[in-house]
Amino acid sequence: MTDLNELQEKINYPKTFDCVQCGYCLPACPTYETMQTETHSPRGRINLVKMLGEGKIGVEDIQEPIEKCLGCRACETACPSNVEYGQILEGAKQVIEEQKKQGKVKQQVEKALFNHMFPSRKWMDAAGHLTWLYQKSGLQTLAQLTDLTKIAPLQLGTFEKVLPKAASPTERKATPSFLPAKGKRLARVGFMSGCIMDSLFHSTNQRTIELLSIAGAEVVLPKNQTCCGALHAHSGKREAARQLAQRNIQAFEEAEVDYVVNNAGGCGAMLAEYDHLFEGEPSWDARAKVFVEKSIDVSALLHQLNYLEFTREIDEVVTYQPSCHMLHVQKVLQEPVELLSKIPGLEYREMNKKDRCCGSAGIYNVVHYEDSMSILNNKMANMKQTQAAAVITTNPGCLLQMKLGIQRAGLQDKVRVVHLVDLLMEAAPQPGKTPLN
Amino acid sequence: MANEWITELRVLIDDGRLLTSPADCYSYSFDGSFGSYLPEAVVQAQSTEEVSNVLKLANQRNIPVYPRGQGTSMSGGPLPVKGGIVLDVSQWNERLDIYPEDMVAVVSPGVITSDIHEKANEHELMYPPDPSSSHVSTIAGNLAENSGGPRGLKYGVTKDYVIGLEVVTPEGNIIRTGGRTIKNVTGYDLTKLIIGSEGMLGVITEATLKLIPKPASVRTLMVTFDTLVEAGGAISELLTSNIFPSKMELMDQASLQAVEQYSAAGLPTDVEALILIELDGHPLALEEEIQQTVTLCRQLGARDISVPEKPEEAKKLWEARKQVSPAIVQWKPTKVAEDITVPRSKIPDMCERLIDIRKRYQLHLVVFGHAGDGNLHPNIICDKRDHEEMQRVEQAVEEIFQSAVQLGGTLSGEHGIGTMKSPFMEMELGQTGIDMMKRIKQAWDPKDILNPGKMFPEPGQKLVLRDD
Repeated sequence: MTDLNELQEKINYPKTFDCVQCGYCLPACPTYETMQTETHSPRGRINLVKMLGEGKIGVEDIQEPIEKCLGCRACETACPSNVEYGQILEGAKQVIEEQKKQGKVKQQVEKALFNHMFPSRKWMDAAGHLTWLYQKSGLQTLAQLTDLTKIAPLQLGTFEKVLPKAASPTERKATPSFLPAKGKRLARVGFMSGCIMDSLFHSTNQRTIELLSIAGAEVVLPKNQTCCGALHAHSGKREAARQLAQRNIQAFEEAEVDYVVNNAGGCGAMLAEYDHLFEGEPSWDARAKVFVEKSIDVSALLHQLNYLEFTREIDEVVTYQPSCHMLHVQKVLQEPVELLSKIPGLEYREMNKKDRCCGSAGIYNVVHYEDSMSILNNKMANMKQTQAAAVITTNPGCLLQMKLGIQRAGLQDKVRVVHLVDLLMEAAPQPGKTPLN
Repeated sequence: MANEWITELRVLIDDGRLLTSPADCYSYSFDGSFGSYLPEAVVQAQSTEEVSNVLKLANQRNIPVYPRGQGTSMSGGPLPVKGGIVLDVSQWNERLDIYPEDMVAVVSPGVITSDIHEKANEHELMYPPDPSSSHVSTIAGNLAENSGGPRGLKYGVTKDYVIGLEVVTPEGNIIRTGGRTIKNVTGYDLTKLIIGSEGMLGVITEATLKLIPKPASVRTLMVTFDTLVEAGGAISELLTSNIFPSKMELMDQASLQAVEQYSAAGLPTDVEALILIELDGHPLALEEEIQQTVTLCRQLGARDISVPEKPEEAKKLWEARKQVSPAIVQWKPTKVAEDITVPRSKIPDMCERLIDIRKRYQLHLVVFGHAGDGNLHPNIICDKRDHEEMQRVEQAVEEIFQSAVQLGGTLSGEHGIGTMKSPFMEMELGQTGIDMMKRIKQAWDPKDILNPGKMFPEPGQKLVLRDD
């Protein structure tokens, strides 16, 4: 019985009672659409976690449905009963993770590295960064890739094509740790550089810092910051995520900033929920809450500062693929679109079902390649309808996935995929004459 | 081998569409109502022939079969209470054809109701039934439960828009009822018999729906009242004043607060009752009717009246209304949702009785609903882990039913009987009334294969909301 109580606590069992099983989440769920069973719907998964908590089924029964969840959290936006699906999901993942056999991990990592990565030059580059990531986080980020062995040989080549060239450690070291505001100083912000963004999208990070300074922010990059912990938390490594969160909270406290800015929807969502990691730890919980209050996506801050003026015309039709975690967790909806509307010459066309996940979902597209591609196919059908020449994204995972989708559709010569910040920088932003609010 | 029949099913159904794992079975063990019952298999049917084959096998082997749409039922319609096979038709949505010249739509069972609305709209036509879950629910579920919705007031309910069906009988034979014409008196009206039979007399595999011209113009009014009873009185008055609204929805204070907490739709939360009214018709006539309604509401003691100018503002109000049912569980996790219906003139009396029941049993009773047609949704928000409270809920529910029947009303306006209301059937229908229904069931389904354990109470069955 105590075992069951312990399990119930881990999986947030009481939270499963918040679900009244009305089914309003079904139309919002990408995996329900593609996999077509209740088992792969939010309502179904919540019920399975509940059944696990009641000892009616075992961890092995929920593993597949839980692991096939994208974690896009669109169901939370659709839910009229405010069920905290994200927490139920992560509790379930933690339990699954704990039950997975430990011994094979190292072996699998090695297998992934030696058989699949080393033969590929680009992946070796990436692997170099993963090693750097591993060192930076000091944790088992690399172990995330153990699942690669399931699908790796065939699909790595596919992803290789869309991977950007990564910045060298020297380039990364050249990043300034402080940049004053270009015009008026409206705020002091700390920039969360992230891991993937800082390696594979280093130039976007550089431009983000510059854009912020043009927009009236004095930018600080705390040295002791680390990985946000999202990948850890989403794969059930809660303790690791907790430790990373502590380091970040401390680093940004010391920087004494008004905002903690990020440019990756997935990281931002993690930062926005740091307080969930410290329930029952009052002092850390309070510090986490302050951090959460300060955490903001770059588009939301730019919109709020309202100080940019764009001086170069961009004659292009664009569409926007929101990051799920930015939309459903951070609730940043209109800001990116409003920023786009300020670029002279630009035509924005809304994509049908733009709120739907693209299937990237962290490392989902690597681990569950086929399922991810079914979801991507639906996304691409809607994307094509817009006839846009550029897809704007706000998260590295989405950016790579959309690039992959465009490549699969043979549109790589017609459509580009751009981070919002990069597009804004193309439009030659200047500090505004007068801030409007 | 306990389940030899599952091996036989494998011959009939493709691998991917016959689900038997514990995770899959548990995922089809519930609906939007109460309780969880484990089936032994789930079949995701994709053709009439498949349904027929499954039912023939089920008859041979004596296996219960439960048709299921998207499982949004509020009365336990698709619950597999006696084990067996859940027959999921939600993924069978290949056909949604509109025939503007005949003003009909022909649809597969798994088509989502709001997709029919959308497609009809493209042809300037309307399929009026609009249950709150229409963006989730399947047409087959709506047909089986004879769903209603706000527009019932002016346009009627699902059964008023079905002119033909393809049905697989409980013994696995395929029949067609009705046709494609408005008038049809050839034989018994089996179409109407099947609609609302809660999946106990046949599995609907295709439907021909009647469409009507889309109203030229639609406007919304929001009217607030200081007391619930006043609002109830106003509804009765308005309906006898020669104005015929297309919708007239009531929300009490608790429902307003719940919805506002979920999504700030801009509804007032400091009034005891709010009525949303929708009028439709020719724009010129509408203008006049709105004026009349406003004047009348003022006379009836309305506190505030607003008439949104923009369609988006009105849409927001109606979306807020759709969220009430799931949103009201914010206080406690369990919801016992009723849908009693009384004659329109008795709406104020019923409101009074509900307030009285709320007080006497000390329960969180929320009232909203399609007040214009007398169909109220008293919802009790409780916690099923609290046995003492649940006992009070059981008593309150019984009293709600008694009140409705005493006032000349009915147990259920649109949710159906299922497992939730069967113990009270005799109260409304009498023994002979139930017996005649049972005879129909017996004749159609001699082995009690289709959706057993629903609608008719087992001897001595009582409403039990406590699971221990």
